[in-house]
Amino acid sequence: MWNYSKNLQHKVKIKNKDIRMAKFLVTQYGGPDGELSAAIRYLNQRYTMPTGSTKGLLTDIGTEELAHVEIISAMVYQLTKDATPDELKAAGLGGHYAQHDHALFPTDANGVPWTAAYIGTLGNPVTDLHEDLAAEQKAKATYEHLIDLTDDHDVKDVLKFLWAREVVHYQRFGEALESVYDLNKSKRIF
Amino acid sequence: MAKSLKDLSREELMDNIHQLKFAAVDLNLYLDTHPDCKPALTDYNNITSDLKAVIAMYEKKYGPLTNFGGAESKHPWSWVDEPWPWESGE
Repeated sequence: MWNYSKNLQHKVKIKNKDIRMAKFLVTQYGGPDGELSAAIRYLNQRYTMPTGSTKGLLTDIGTEELAHVEIISAMVYQLTKDATPDELKAAGLGGHYAQHDHALFPTDANGVPWTAAYIGTLGNPVTDLHEDLAAEQKAKATYEHLIDLTDDHDVKDVLKFLWAREVVHYQRFGEALESVYDLNKSKRIF
Repeated sequence: MAKSLKDLSREELMDNIHQLKFAAVDLNLYLDTHPDCKPALTDYNNITSDLKAVIAMYEKKYGPLTNFGGAESKHPWSWVDEPWPWESGE
C-alpha cells in the first residue's frame, strides 16, 4: 500500500515564469525516459524479481520515482500558473491549453501522450535490470539536456537533484544485477 | 548551541524533515542492496528516530503530514488544509 507525505521530496520554488521551459520539462513527466515511465516500469517489474532484496529495491526506487513525478508536476504547475492563453500560445502550449486548460497531463515535450509502450517488463530479472540501467542513463541524459535549456537557478537546482538521483539509482540497479548473477551461479548444478 | 526542536520555526522544521527524509531514502536504497552493512543500518535507525521526532513536532503544531491513520488531526479535519505541496513548493 502506498503512503503519501504531504511534502515534496525536494523543494520547488520557482519565481520566474519561463513557460517554454514547462513545455520541455514535461518530457520528464510523460515522456519515454521520464519519471512516470520509471515508476510504472519498476513497480511492475518488482512482482517477478527473485529475492526479497530485489523486490525491495524495485519497490523502493519505484516509489521514489512517484515522488519525482510529483516534483516535475509541481515545476510545470508553478511555471504555468496564471499564464494567459496568449502566453501559453506563444510558448507553444496552445494545443495543451485547448485540450487541458491549465491542467497537468502526462505527455512528452511534443505533446505525445504517455504510453505503456515506453516500458518493458520481460519477467527475466537479468533482462529487466538491464532495461532499468538503460532507463536511468537515459533519464540522466535528458536532465542534462534540460539543464542546458535553462538559465533559471530555481529550475536548475531541482534538475541537478533529480540528475544526481538517476546516478544513484543506476548504481543500485548495478548491484542488484550482480546479486542476480551470483544467485544464478549458486543455482547451477554440474 | 543547537536550538531544541520546540524552538524551531515551521520553515526550519520542514528543512529538517527534507534533509532527514532524504538521508533515510538514500540509506534505505543502499541497505536494499547491502543488507549486512551494520554502519549503514545504525545510521538509518538513528535518522529514522530523529525524523520521527521532527515530524511529530511539526504535526503537533501545523497538522498532519500523512493520512490514512498516519497522524491525528485537530478539529476541523486539517489534512485538507492549504497550501498543498505543489503550491507551497515544500
